[in-house]
Order: sequence, then structure tokens, then C-alpha cells
Amino acid sequence: MSGTGLEKAPPDAADEPGGVRPPLGRRVLVWAPLGLAVGGGLGFWAMLRGMRDGSYDPRGVPSALVGKPAPALALPAVPGLAVPGFGPEALAAGGPVLLNFWASWCVPCVVEHPQLVALQRRGVRLLGVNYKDKPADAARFLAQHGNPFAGMVADTDGRAGIEYGLYGVPETYLLDGRGTVRWRWAGPLMPDTLSAELEPLLRRYA
Amino acid sequence: MRAALFAILLLAPGWAMAVGRPAEMLPDPAAEARAQEIGRELRCMVCQNQSIEDSEADLARDLRRLVRERVATGEPSEKVVNYIHERYGDFVLLRPPLNLVTAPLWGVPVLVLGGGALALLLMRRRAAARPGPAPLSEAERARLAALENDP
Repeated sequence: MSGTGLEKAPPDAADEPGGVRPPLGRRVLVWAPLGLAVGGGLGFWAMLRGMRDGSYDPRGVPSALVGKPAPALALPAVPGLAVPGFGPEALAAGGPVLLNFWASWCVPCVVEHPQLVALQRRGVRLLGVNYKDKPADAARFLAQHGNPFAGMVADTDGRAGIEYGLYGVPETYLLDGRGTVRWRWAGPLMPDTLSAELEPLLRRYA
Repeated sequence: MRAALFAILLLAPGWAMAVGRPAEMLPDPAAEARAQEIGRELRCMVCQNQSIEDSEADLARDLRRLVRERVATGEPSEKVVNYIHERYGDFVLLRPPLNLVTAPLWGVPVLVLGGGALALLLMRRRAAARPGPAPLSEAERARLAALENDP
């Protein structure tokens, strides 16, 4: 490099020490892409597996309300419904409460309903928020599918839903005896959700 | 942090025109522009990759209405955003805030760039430290001189 101008060094002049064993840095560089590919592959495999058995939901987002007091609900009862309304104090009644947002126009709510009825039969206190619904339709829905709710209020304009960070119906919030949100489930409650997630929580906050 | 968010909101590009149903727009153009700026920063939780200004989902329409109600009362933009942020969490912000959970998101580019710069630096230093070719021996020098003299 220092200006000899001579490039044709004799072949035995060992200016490159390598050849036998490349330096450590080079070996790491050679294996790094393979390591990245293996790591990425394992990660994707775990994601796909979780999506199949339901333990990972790429669209699922935790509720911002978990661990915070449930927003107060000061809503009217559903007119003409046999189920009474409830006030803000019903959300902190000393025992766990399931607050369920539902509507008669919502198809997943039909799928979810047998699970709500089963929960009520087991003694779980269920409060309903009838979301953007017509009172007559709500009454017809409950007459047809059974009523698991101990109380029901009407959220006609969806404002209470926004207070809860609601995505859509059905959506269910578990509140402990002090009215703190402990768990949120967006979408219909299915039998495996009950056994895998809700039942342990109900025992914990009983 | 809030000031930064507010600055980001103000600098948000104004070209992406919203759904903008005339019925739900505010009569005051300045207030409507502010509401649109806010709405463009908020994710529609139903469609998830659209802002509430761009989405036709019911929930997006409700949130647009809520933003406009609050803007119409003169509430500062950051308070409107905070109101929705408190209820829907970080995911509702199309520009994620910097906190413990999102730190990797912001940190990875810095780490990658920093790591690359460090690797470059190390490689250069190692190359500089490598000894140059050994000086010519007496015999080699004589041979070189002979070659140079030979035309």
C-alpha cells in the first residue's frame, strides 16, 4: 500500500493469513442469515400454530380499561322489557359481574346466547347493555332465546359503548366486586372461551 | 410528549380528503379542518387499517361525530385525542406513542443503524491495524533493481 507500485508479489509471500480457517467475524457473517431464517421460521410457525388453536389472535387488542374502574353507566332501562334497568352502583355490587353488550340485529350474539344462559344458570350475575337496538326487537330476541340478564339498559346512540372502548357487539367485560374491569372479550363467548379464560377468572374474583 | 403529538397533528398532510358527508361536517371550516386532522390520526378499530375519517364503519362514524362535538365546544385537539386514547388504548393512535411496550418498535431501527455503524467502524479499525507487507529483503531488492534496469 505504501507506494511500491509493485503488484506482482511472489505467490509464496503470505500477505493473506487466511485460507486455513477464516476469522471468527467472517464465520459469524456466514451463519447469520441462516440463523435469522431459522429464527424467523420458528416465530412464524408459532404464530400460525397459535392462530389455529386460538391462543394467538393477530387482530386481538387488549382493552385499555383492564385494571381500571368500569366507566359509569347512567342509561335508561329498555322500555317495555320485563328485565329491569340498573344504575351505576350495580357495577360494584360486591361480587363479579359480567357486563355484556349485545343487540338483536347481531348474528354472533345469537351464537353467544346459549353460553350466557348457561352462565346465568350457574349463578353468574349478568348485566346487559342493549346496543343501538329497537326495544321491541330486543324483547323479541329475549323471548325467543331466553333471558339470562339480571338487568338491562339501552345504549341507543352507542355513546356508552365508546366509553368502554367497544369495537362492536357482542363484547363482554368482567368486573370484580369493586367495579374494576378485569377482563374483556371482543366477539362471542364460546364454550372454550368460558372454560379456558372466564371460569378461572370467575373463581379468582368470586 | 403531548406537545410533540400536537405538533405531529398540526403537520399531518392535508391532502387526504375524508369521506366528509356534508351532513356530519361542522359548519365552521376551521373547526372541520381541525376535526379532520384529529380523525386522520385515529384508527378505526373495526377495519384497523383505515383512519376514522376514511372508514365507513358504524363505529368510525360514531367516533367522527364525537370528535366533531368536542371540537365544536373548542376543546384542544390533544384533549380530544386523549379522550379516545384512554378508552381504546395505544392501538387507536395511527402513530404509536413512545412507551415501554412500543419502545422496540422505535428502538429497532436505531439498533440496526447503530450496530451497522459499529460493525463498519470495527472493520475499518481492524483493517488499519493489520500489518502491511514485510519490507523487501536484500536479495529481493537486488532482483527488483535488476528488473527495473532491464528494459
